[in-house]
Amino acid sequence: MSVTGLIRLGDNALVLGQRLSEWCGHAPALEEDIALANIALDLIGQTQLWLGLAGDREGQGRSADTLAFHRDAWDFRNLLLVEQPNRDFAVTMMRQFLFDTWHFEALTALTTHDDADISAIAQKSLKEVTYHRERSTDMVIALGDGTEESHIRMQGALDRLWPYVGEMFTRDDDDLTDMVALRPGFDAHAAATLEAATLTQPASDFAHQGGKTGARHSEHLGHMLATMQSLPRSYPDATW
Amino acid sequence: MSNGWPLWEVFIRGQHGLSHRHVGSLHATDAAHAIQNARDVYTRRKEGVSIWVVPAAEITASSPDDKGSLYDPADDKIYRHPSFFDIPDDAGAM
Repeated sequence: MSVTGLIRLGDNALVLGQRLSEWCGHAPALEEDIALANIALDLIGQTQLWLGLAGDREGQGRSADTLAFHRDAWDFRNLLLVEQPNRDFAVTMMRQFLFDTWHFEALTALTTHDDADISAIAQKSLKEVTYHRERSTDMVIALGDGTEESHIRMQGALDRLWPYVGEMFTRDDDDLTDMVALRPGFDAHAAATLEAATLTQPASDFAHQGGKTGARHSEHLGHMLATMQSLPRSYPDATW
Repeated sequence: MSNGWPLWEVFIRGQHGLSHRHVGSLHATDAAHAIQNARDVYTRRKEGVSIWVVPAAEITASSPDDKGSLYDPADDKIYRHPSFFDIPDDAGAM
């Protein structure tokens, strides 16, 4: 069992949760604002579980908070997809849909993991992520098959983010499950959704990589972490 | 920020055995979206086990102007309350 595998799952949830929380107070409708904040909180809750377990297994006294707030960008192991900036609501929703679809498959596989702690966290998280996927799927369909403007924006978001899909299905020894095996489930759900949304899946399978290995994060991660980590780093003893 | 989405009235059943109660309203594009929004807006602190949403435009309400003719006639008809019956002790609380 790899600590890095646990950190990857925790970092995905942490970075996307932080990204979604940037919408708080800015979403295009009050209801969407609350929904995004809810999903962000779900993800931060999952972060506490994954990074908490990672700290325990590492055995060097690092807590979930230590891992979240006192590592630098090159130590993060999240997918490149989740660190991409929100831009507009279309990009945010498409990023969410692509991640949720992968996340659902990954957690489903992890519910039967041999390690009881991993399996328990996956089962708890899967309930939340089942709802996340349902919501983002409906939103992609509604906006893709919506107005001319919303369709153009959603297709643009898909074209922009599709190069970040491939990294989710790369595999190495640190992964807690075989990520390549998740691809058929992802493809089936994505294809059905994009068709209903009247969106065209990009033909190229070019994939940016370097997030889950930490080799090459995009420039966006450092800026996001600077905001997220500034308070605990400025006031290490702060409590609330 | 205002949007063009229709208004929905939300009813939540707090626990099994109780009736759905009106808890508020929200905006959504369609019924499924309204259920999702109601889930996020009104059940995030474990308030419910079931959600109903109803288009606010589909609700027919009585007019406040008719208050006199609708409700006042009941004022002096206390015999409509079942309070003139002796309830056997064995019946317990009614």
